[in-house]
Amino acid sequence: MKKQYLVSVAAIAMAGALSTAAVAGGPVDEKLVIDGEIEMTTRTAPPEGHPLDELISGWHYRTVETRALETDSFENPGMLGVEDGEQIWNTVEGTEGKSCASCHGDAAESMKDVGAHFPKWDAESGRPINIELQINKCRTERMGAEAYKFDKGGQKPLTAYIKRQSLGTPVSIDLSQGDMQSWWEKGKEMYYTRTGQLNLSCATCHEDHNGQFIRADHLSQGQINGFPTYRLKQGALVSVHNRFRGCIRDTRAEMPAAFSDELMALEVYVTWRGTGLSVETPAVRQ
Amino acid sequence: MVIKARTWLVAAAAVMASTAVAYSSEMAPQDVKIEDNMVSASLTGGAGDAAEGRKIFANRKLGNCLACHAVSDQSEQLFHGDVGPSLDGVADRWSPEELRAIVVNSKAVFTKDTIMPGFYSLDVGVHVRKDLVGKTILTAQQVEDVVAYLATLKE
Ligand code: HEC
Ligand code: HEC
Repeated sequence: MKKQYLVSVAAIAMAGALSTAAVAGGPVDEKLVIDGEIEMTTRTAPPEGHPLDELISGWHYRTVETRALETDSFENPGMLGVEDGEQIWNTVEGTEGKSCASCHGDAAESMKDVGAHFPKWDAESGRPINIELQINKCRTERMGAEAYKFDKGGQKPLTAYIKRQSLGTPVSIDLSQGDMQSWWEKGKEMYYTRTGQLNLSCATCHEDHNGQFIRADHLSQGQINGFPTYRLKQGALVSVHNRFRGCIRDTRAEMPAAFSDELMALEVYVTWRGTGLSVETPAVRQ
Repeated sequence: MVIKARTWLVAAAAVMASTAVAYSSEMAPQDVKIEDNMVSASLTGGAGDAAEGRKIFANRKLGNCLACHAVSDQSEQLFHGDVGPSLDGVADRWSPEELRAIVVNSKAVFTKDTIMPGFYSLDVGVHVRKDLVGKTILTAQQVEDVVAYLATLKE
């Protein structure tokens, strides 16, 4: 018993000294290069007024095997979803007889870097919209097709396909548009509000305790630059709002609806918290 | 007729449950006083069961203490978290009365910013899941069981 205690004290002391190295906890110190050529910014200095000293992609907190899957587009299981998205992009739907490609042509050109700058202000609805909601706008207003329901139909693959066109591009959103700033404020308030019977906020886990293990889960900064991500546990793409809802549920709280004002505000704020990190879609997570 | 009998049984069970609460000497969460970082009396008036406490400690639906704390005594369990300190020898550092206070409402002993939930406290976050409103994470008996278990963790 005594000896074990000494060993664990030594381990804690070591982890403290090498806080960023790959010992017991903390993000690994490695570079993410995709397909041997696209160098990703996975660690970067935060924007002004950010509470963290360094922004770190969730990739650094995953196991060797999971990290490896993301470095190779052929091995990355999320790429199947991206391929589905490409098909949907080119498929005619709705009463107007149009596909996404009818208006936007080749996504590699028209959508290049676009995904790195959402959420954006939508003057029409007077609120921020994300890629999922922009897709629904195009479907209903231009294609004469029905809006996708949350996480249904082509929503996840098409979102992943569009974001993939920004692979490597640093995330940045324009808070000077419309009323974005006040949505940022509201999102910030949500981020620090403790919810549920377990009485935890996003910040409790992802700001105060990132780098530590909560049972088998290595807590990251909860960045969203890799969404939709491919989760091995679910064997599927996972959307940002699904992840937010899951984390809120885990505090034993009622979950806000996807695309509600609450979650859109949170998405604006959490996107800003990852300013400068490369888009990694589809990131691979456990 | 069958349906009626069933309704009656449910009603009877409900009455029994509320009587049980009314007559027990169990302390309600809002009546528990934390003074000098201690809760001096047992929440149930009786002793806890350390063997039960050991199970509650690991059970993900109950204490799930292992999510954040490692403890060598439960090395058979996979994955001990390291968000909080290892609890090896914790009974050498805190008295049972202090351990009870920590489990009841850690925020009253550490700081309000601690990540550790209060297991017998109604000081909770917003939008609590509907079926959990007014309920604590552990029952008074489960808290006593966990405290009894923690008291065995000596070096
Ligand atoms: C009880 C702790 C806890 C709380 C509270 C919590 N999360 Fe998480 N979150 C986790 C865990 C564990 C994971 C999976 C490991 C990881 O990526 O950090 C995770 C993952 C995430 C991810 C995925 C990160 C990635 O790289 O794939 C995002 C985004 C996220 N959380 C956002 C949030 C937001 C926003 C909130 C508040 C609404 C929140 N979390 C609250 C524990 C928590
Ligand atoms: C979500 C994380 C979390 C959970 C779950 C959790 N704790 Fe803690 N616990 C902590 C942290 C963190 C501390 C250190 C105090 C601080 O930093 O706020 C702590 C401190 C303690 C201490 C004092 C340890 C010492 O050596 O000083 C005890 C005792 C304790 N916890 C018992 C428990 C028990 C028993 C349970 C389950 C019924 C539990 N904890 C569940 C995070 C947690």
